[in-house]
Amino acid sequence: MRITRFLTAWLTVLLLAWLPLAALAQQDDPGQALLESLDTRAYDDKAAAIQTIAASEDERARRWLETLLDGKLQRHKDTGRFVIVIDNSGRNWPAIDALTFEDAGEISRRDLDRIGINNALRNQLRSVLAVIDLYAESADVRLASAMRLLGEVDETLAGSIDDLIEEEPDAEVRRRLTQALAIYRVENGETEAVEALAGSLHPRVRVALGRAAASDDPILAQSAQAGLDDIEQNLRINRAAETLYFGLSMGSVLVLAAIGLAITFGVMGVINMAHGELMMLGAYTTWAMQQLLPGQPGLALILSIPAGFLVAALAGVAIERSVIQFLKGRPLETLLATFGVSLILQQLVRTVISPLNRTVITPEWMSGSLVLNDALSLTLNRLYVMGFALVVFVGLMLIMRRTRLGLEVRAVTQNRAMARSMGIRATRVDIMTFALGSGVAGLAGVALSQLTNVGPNLGQSYIIDSFMVVVFGGVGNLWGTLVAGLSLGVINQVLEPWAGAVLAKIMVLVFIILFIQKRPRGLFPQKGRAAEG
Amino acid sequence: MRTMQTRKENRVKNSTLSPRWLAVALASLGMAAPALAQEDPIKVGILHSLSGTMAISESTLKDTVEMLIEQQNEQGGLLGRQLEAVVVDPASNWPLFAERARELLEQKEVDVIFGNWTSVSRKAVLPVVEELNGLLFYPVQYEGEESSQNVFYTGAAPNQQAIPAVNYLHDQVGVERWVLAGTDYVYPRTTNRILEAYLKEEYGVADEDIMVNYTPFGHSDWQNIVSEINRFGSEGKKTAVVSTINGDANVPFYRELSNQGIDAADIPVVAFSVGEQELSGIDTGPLVGHLAAWNYFMSVDNDDNYDFIDAWIEHTGDEESVTNDPMEAHYIGFNMWAEAVRKAGTTEVDAVKDAIIGVTVPNLTGGYAAMMPNHHITKPVLIGEIQDNGQFDVVWQTPSTVAGDAWSDYLPGSRDLIADWRKPMACGNFNVAEGTCGGSTAAEEAEAALAE
Amino acid sequence: MHWLGQPFKERSTLIFLGVLLTALVAVTVLHLVVPQGHPLYVSAYTVNLFGKYLSYALLAVAVDLVWGYLGILSLGHGAFFALGGYAMGMYLMRQIGERGVYGHPVLPDFMVFLNWDSLPWYWYGFDSAWIAFPMVMLAPGLLALVFGFLAFRSRVTGVYLSIITQAMTFALMLAFFRNEMGFGGNNGLTDFRDILGFDLRSDQVRLGLFLATGIALALGFVLCRAIVTSKLGRVCVAARDAEARTRFLGYRVERVQLFVFVVSAMLAGVAGALYVPQVGIINPSEFSPLFSIEIVVWVALGGRATLYGAVIGAILVNYAKTVFTGIMPDAWLFALGGLFVLVTVLLPKGIAGVLAYRVRKRGVTENDGKEATA
Repeated sequence: MRITRFLTAWLTVLLLAWLPLAALAQQDDPGQALLESLDTRAYDDKAAAIQTIAASEDERARRWLETLLDGKLQRHKDTGRFVIVIDNSGRNWPAIDALTFEDAGEISRRDLDRIGINNALRNQLRSVLAVIDLYAESADVRLASAMRLLGEVDETLAGSIDDLIEEEPDAEVRRRLTQALAIYRVENGETEAVEALAGSLHPRVRVALGRAAASDDPILAQSAQAGLDDIEQNLRINRAAETLYFGLSMGSVLVLAAIGLAITFGVMGVINMAHGELMMLGAYTTWAMQQLLPGQPGLALILSIPAGFLVAALAGVAIERSVIQFLKGRPLETLLATFGVSLILQQLVRTVISPLNRTVITPEWMSGSLVLNDALSLTLNRLYVMGFALVVFVGLMLIMRRTRLGLEVRAVTQNRAMARSMGIRATRVDIMTFALGSGVAGLAGVALSQLTNVGPNLGQSYIIDSFMVVVFGGVGNLWGTLVAGLSLGVINQVLEPWAGAVLAKIMVLVFIILFIQKRPRGLFPQKGRAAEG
Repeated sequence: MRTMQTRKENRVKNSTLSPRWLAVALASLGMAAPALAQEDPIKVGILHSLSGTMAISESTLKDTVEMLIEQQNEQGGLLGRQLEAVVVDPASNWPLFAERARELLEQKEVDVIFGNWTSVSRKAVLPVVEELNGLLFYPVQYEGEESSQNVFYTGAAPNQQAIPAVNYLHDQVGVERWVLAGTDYVYPRTTNRILEAYLKEEYGVADEDIMVNYTPFGHSDWQNIVSEINRFGSEGKKTAVVSTINGDANVPFYRELSNQGIDAADIPVVAFSVGEQELSGIDTGPLVGHLAAWNYFMSVDNDDNYDFIDAWIEHTGDEESVTNDPMEAHYIGFNMWAEAVRKAGTTEVDAVKDAIIGVTVPNLTGGYAAMMPNHHITKPVLIGEIQDNGQFDVVWQTPSTVAGDAWSDYLPGSRDLIADWRKPMACGNFNVAEGTCGGSTAAEEAEAALAE
Repeated sequence: MHWLGQPFKERSTLIFLGVLLTALVAVTVLHLVVPQGHPLYVSAYTVNLFGKYLSYALLAVAVDLVWGYLGILSLGHGAFFALGGYAMGMYLMRQIGERGVYGHPVLPDFMVFLNWDSLPWYWYGFDSAWIAFPMVMLAPGLLALVFGFLAFRSRVTGVYLSIITQAMTFALMLAFFRNEMGFGGNNGLTDFRDILGFDLRSDQVRLGLFLATGIALALGFVLCRAIVTSKLGRVCVAARDAEARTRFLGYRVERVQLFVFVVSAMLAGVAGALYVPQVGIINPSEFSPLFSIEIVVWVALGGRATLYGAVIGAILVNYAKTVFTGIMPDAWLFALGGLFVLVTVLLPKGIAGVLAYRVRKRGVTENDGKEATA
């Protein structure tokens, strides 16, 4: 058995070795030889091949290198033909010919050999592509490649960059190219180049100056050190700003998770332990939307906002009608019942969908970060979530203060009997309030799908934190929730680098416990008779 | 063993207390005897959580063993007997693991158990399996520092995953600074301790070039840590993250990495707990190039592997379902056990235990796995880079298979320990320096000697 | 000690004790005397299982004491249970001695392989039962004392109290997960061998532990009954139903609450200590808020403010768990969740409520009959 298999393997190898030669003989495209040189096990040889391709005048070179970078450049095991795989999901992959770019049909993945690359090659490819891109039309592309070359400039590049700086029309690109060149010069011991690096917060600059500061040349070392001190000073401020951003971002997640709870718990007095699972439903709605609209994750995400709200709100109505309405005035028992609901919902998702996490794609416009300077950039997904939290908060405030529903809710909260005698249908108000709180939980879930796992355990990891926020802020007070969430987020992030993630969390919990002893009704206690209930 | 015998003696003694009960017992035994014919199926216990937090990882392993049993039965079973799966659910609850293991061995009388994922569940089950003299095949990579005569470790020990991965990063990628990031539990703690010692000893890495960080289970806010890693990594030396971050915490971690613009080419992350199944819940687009070290990847180009994948897809009925390293470990473990049973001609635990040492079966990566005397197996170590289709591409692998080391050479407490379950040594923690078998076995033997 | 005798004058207590003792004797007899293989034989496995249920039952009694009679819904009793368990676990760890895998005479295995060079101070003395066993009650008692003192003094009540008890157990869980704490982190404490010199793996010791748990349950039950039937107990109920009024009547409600809360925590600790040697492991997951909520549900199902209801609830739910996770694992969470909902909505008084209603009804019909004949 084994021997025959071994023999067939050998035969295939022999055949494979032969076939490309035959193919080459048939079509003497120089590209074939170039690609041929990539098909080797040794990464060193591949690196050399990449340089050859980059240096060749072939106009397909860029596309080859790009597909190589994407891991889509593959070779047919039997025919030795090079193809570019268009889509590598599933078992059969559509492909095009790598030389002619003509359609090559679907090929079984068993028959394809990938031209593998590793991180070193990936780096090399990016640098090579960056050099090519320095001559690109678009200023953005040139800027990106100039950024990439910071600290990567070598002797051969230095000369051409010098020329490019002269010709470069875009000021920003010019600045970057100058920096890139200056780093190279500082590393070669040119003291005057230090000046060009002043004020830059880029880590590569810092590294270069750091090395220069340790050099034997006292003049160079001194001026580098001066530049470095300046940078360090600046970095400290940036770091503080960054921590604040982290804190606010974490806080806004807490606010989002807790604010729905603030409504159901604070206003209705219902302790909804299934709140986390309602968030989970929102997150799964996002996933489902992305499944329904393949290839358009952004649109799906936007559509999930109303959809997530609706799904969670409907689930909320179902919970209210089937469970909570029977437990009026027994808050502790709503806790138990809704806890049961949460278990059921979790298991439902496990059984119906899958116990595994689901992939939710981050749309293009939400990935990456907003670069303020070289040391401070704000991650876009969290920035969006912060904005979203703010919008939800303002929206809820408006609903509670400016609409009839809000008025009725406040009336029912303050004095149920009186409100009913004034003609307010308290039951309807209950349903609406609970639906609103649940819907907001759904919104939180949509936002969370961009930050964390979408899986059956999503809700559990947020429920305790949410309760802490509501209790800390003061039950029944949306402002309290906002302040509490944001401040807990900031406290946590300030403590974290110093105490570690686990201790920071424990300290925050202990802080809340102690705080509640001091002020049993939270930061912003409810005033008036309603508070006595 | 010794305890097992005394247990049986106790029972006999107890029943002799009352002759009337003995008669009843004999009568019922006599009635039960015809049912105990040769055709009785061989019982294979499966001890994987099907509910609770671990269900996400473990339920597929249950399905794997069921599939293997089915396949074995199609080939006519073992020793002319059919195999029967006995599935119980320990519900991700550690005490329940111990209880269920006891149920499997004592009530259901299974011949072998395939199970466990987390270290703590294995630690909970271990005393039970040893007491009742069962067989347990444990399929997950773990921290080592253990060798039980009743447990067979088919997952990787640290020297079969962590150390080769670090070798690769140092030799091939040129990494000089190391972030050891993990979830705060025993596996990352031990692995990182071993790695720290190894890096300092073998590569002379300085203290300030190693950053160790622990986070709680399910940690979701990685902003600070990732930014710290970023700073640590931009000091001019090539930096890599060695991640022993567990399960659910990975998705937010990788997301934060890609959002803060940390690219695999700048600071690669090599993970020991992220496999195909974990990736199936992550958008892998931004993760291309990050690494994982395993002993098996679904993408391995090998016919046995393709057959296994096809069978798995057919078994689950889901085109999208993936295979992963612990599944391969069960595949190997199951085949080893079957081979040992054939060799021993019986499913009797002691016979199988002796027969299995030295058994060699093909693995799914085109090589062979052998059961070593320390109850660990030989495995190739593969380093894979994440692709945008949720698969790994093998970029490096050890030239030959590596034998699992039960006791790490890089921990002061276990440097001199070896395990060898062959007679006459038959010891799980033999101290080479002192020439004694330490811990429990020694004490029990001394006790037994005294008793005689 | 007149108040301690009070429970024995109650019919319900006598019935409960009668049933419990009968069950203990029956299990012992069926285990020891009936031969293996006989349908009535109770295996060591089952004895062990029953032992576990009984320790849960004791825990449920402790929760019922504060929830049923003080009106404090503690979502943190798992913490007291786990602390008691850890105290016992530490004792059992120290009993391993040189039989650990590394053969270290003093340090438990997990400390050896995490490179601890000496025993942390809080492990001192745990090799002796004289220190360890009192700690089983002292550790949770102390935590309850500090926590309760702060909480009751500043009159944190109702939902707020529930939520901060939950925060407490959650914080402790995170803390115990940390390996620096020196309690074995996630792996917890395991691989126990001896208790008081007896081999934990022998069937006799298992039976002994089962009986000890049963007796502890009986004693705990009587103690709780004694408390609730005493004058103090009546103040408790008064405070539960109208705290402000009780205060105006001149009672120092917070002291009463604190006392009962501490007693309850100690009972939970004892339950934990009996639980650990029977299941063979203690790990931070016992601190999880989920577990604490589950305990409350046992009590709710059994019927709060009856004490015997808590016992019934704990045993019933855990038995169902054993059965369900065995036969249809997927359905277990549905069943448990459904149970939570149905009990709170349909059976606010729990099973005990139904029983009491039946008894009362029968009493009434019997009386009716008597009257009719008379």
